[in-house]
Amino acid sequence: MTNGADAVLRSLEAEGVDVVFGIPGGAILPIYDALARGTSIRHVLARHEQGAGHMAEGYARASGRIGVAFATSGPGATNLVTPIADAWLDSTPLVCITGQVRSNLIGTDAFQECDITGITLPIVKHSWLVQSVEEIPAVLKAAFHVARTGRCGPVLVDIPRDIQEAPLEFAYPDVVNLPGWRPPKRVHARQVREAAHRLAEAERPVLYVGGGLLNAHATAELLELAETAGLPVVTTLMGKSAFPETHELHFGWPGMHGPKWSNWAMNTCDVLVAVGSRFDDRVTGKLSAFAPGATVIHLDVDSAEIDKLRYADVPVVGPLQPVLAELTRELGEVARAGSTEPWLAQLREWREQFPLRYGAGDEGEMLKPQPVLEALQELTAGGDVIFTTGVGQHQMWAMQYLLCDRPRTFITSGGLGTMGYGIPAAVGAKAARPEATVVCVDGDGCFQMTCQELVTSVLEDLPIVVVLVNNGSLGMVRQWQDMFFDERFSQIELTHHLPDYAALAEAYGARGFTVERGGELRAALEEALACGRTAVVDCRVDPREHCFPMIPAGAAALELVEYPHGQAVPA
Amino acid sequence: MKHTLSVLVENRPGALARVVGMFRRRSFNIDSLAVGPTERRDVSRITLRVDCGEHALSQIEKQIHKLVDVLRVNELPADESVERELALINVTAPPSRRAELLALAEAFRARVADLGPEAIVFEIVGAPKEVDAFEELVRPHGIKELVRTGRVGLARAAAPVPDGRPQYVLR
Repeated sequence: MTNGADAVLRSLEAEGVDVVFGIPGGAILPIYDALARGTSIRHVLARHEQGAGHMAEGYARASGRIGVAFATSGPGATNLVTPIADAWLDSTPLVCITGQVRSNLIGTDAFQECDITGITLPIVKHSWLVQSVEEIPAVLKAAFHVARTGRCGPVLVDIPRDIQEAPLEFAYPDVVNLPGWRPPKRVHARQVREAAHRLAEAERPVLYVGGGLLNAHATAELLELAETAGLPVVTTLMGKSAFPETHELHFGWPGMHGPKWSNWAMNTCDVLVAVGSRFDDRVTGKLSAFAPGATVIHLDVDSAEIDKLRYADVPVVGPLQPVLAELTRELGEVARAGSTEPWLAQLREWREQFPLRYGAGDEGEMLKPQPVLEALQELTAGGDVIFTTGVGQHQMWAMQYLLCDRPRTFITSGGLGTMGYGIPAAVGAKAARPEATVVCVDGDGCFQMTCQELVTSVLEDLPIVVVLVNNGSLGMVRQWQDMFFDERFSQIELTHHLPDYAALAEAYGARGFTVERGGELRAALEEALACGRTAVVDCRVDPREHCFPMIPAGAAALELVEYPHGQAVPA
Repeated sequence: MKHTLSVLVENRPGALARVVGMFRRRSFNIDSLAVGPTERRDVSRITLRVDCGEHALSQIEKQIHKLVDVLRVNELPADESVERELALINVTAPPSRRAELLALAEAFRARVADLGPEAIVFEIVGAPKEVDAFEELVRPHGIKELVRTGRVGLARAAAPVPDGRPQYVLR
């Protein structure tokens, strides 16, 4: 007789899950016992549940499938809270399965008991505390269905230990019974026609593409739309890699650290088409001053995003694949060929006029951070490479300097801004795409939050290359304190050489490289990328370097500050 | 501007917490809340009174609609629905004031739910405004305790049953 734990694994197998990430513990022991008794699913043993959660996110982002994480009750489950919140804000499809104390102990403050469905209530699409063993197959079927339909996101299934142990003859249901879950499936033809007409009349249109486009698997439809009507594309941090970045119609990344030409394109356009994007404050700057003259066409699968922050003149709610395909078809009938050419010429002119800049520094000075990203870009151009990042200055430089032509090759924490996301996300991405080279661009602050997962990378044979932009400080905080707090530096110094990152990497069984001079950079990166093992390249860079351009918090996007900044920038 | 929202939810553990949690998380306020069974055993109705503008109301409706346990959400417009509320009011009533209080109750069709030597517990059911009016009239006599259910409502008998999906109109 099989039990509830077996039913969990058979359900995951039925959903086509090939990898799960997790750590065992008391309340989830029966599921781990079922793993040991045999399954087609690979389990990647993380060193911290937060790592397991971010690995599942990295897996989901790289593959376009659902990431799955296991954790035990109590602290195991609470350690998953950060990845769940991260997946919530970035709409990453995630199924988290946690063990819970035995049913008869729930509510008694039992050992390792915590109300994880309660704790995660505001950051999941839905969650289940399984009440009986018979529920397990239907609940998991529903969990996978909810995670991937409509706007993607995390769900949580909490299973008491006695229910995992209870006998059950497994049968997986064919249909999902969720009468209250009805995400939009069809496209509103009249709205699409209206959108096509507004776009056809536009002189200065811009496609403002977010992560929703990648979740919708609609990159081919986007490319066709842009090429059909000659529409320039800007991609947000979450939308990066949704449109080939060496394509002549790609005009960068809007927002707080986006290039001037990208922000000018967004803010001076006459028709703004938001595609799976949500007018996040990091993109818009001061909302009331954002894209002041633009008619907004908003395409999204989530109706609640329409009008949430910016009024949509033409809302189109529906799955983006058919929405974009329909829009392309309608637009093909009404668009005038070449009508956007003067606007594209203007954008090209701005791009040439306001390139990304940084101070090269004098001979003998410390290495600047930007050349690290430039070298990485040169060495990986054209290859099958997936980048992940932590959060901070290095993340913004990665956005600016790494050009991603293939979908799902830039994986980062956008909404929650989770420091430490990069290394575990890279391990997860490697599990999803073993044939790709996976590079984590990390900061020294981020690195120290999740570097224990390097050992997971080594032992699970999921090699990644960590390019550490080590400025010996919490760089983005340093930048804000420098620019907006009168250079009163407060608790930002980490020091370049402690820990000795290369030695730490070696201690974890990885290769370690230290780069202190520009001349050493390329050789170290080349060797790390070629060695086929997990490697850390510690690039010690100038902490004084700021990330520009920058839209100061609360300022209008058109008021962005370029390199080098003046002294009196209002906060 | 005050609005009444009627939300049908699947009768599952946590369904109410999810609806209420959405309000807290997104900084919307609830004026009153009433929960109870419906014509279907597996479905409960939550009636919410909220004070917000049209933009916030639309956000509230759409965010509630996304909750997996929610079957239907719709506004009950004042002129197209029936709304009722029940109050129990324990009023100080020495023998000398009883006649006056009973006359007031008579005028408002409030009932005496319980009678003590020095107090009366009145029960009034009516449109929320009527309950307000009765409460104000007995207040000078001394309200010892009071409880109101919060309003419940239904669309008028002649109205079609709404499907509760957010509507998108061409602008």
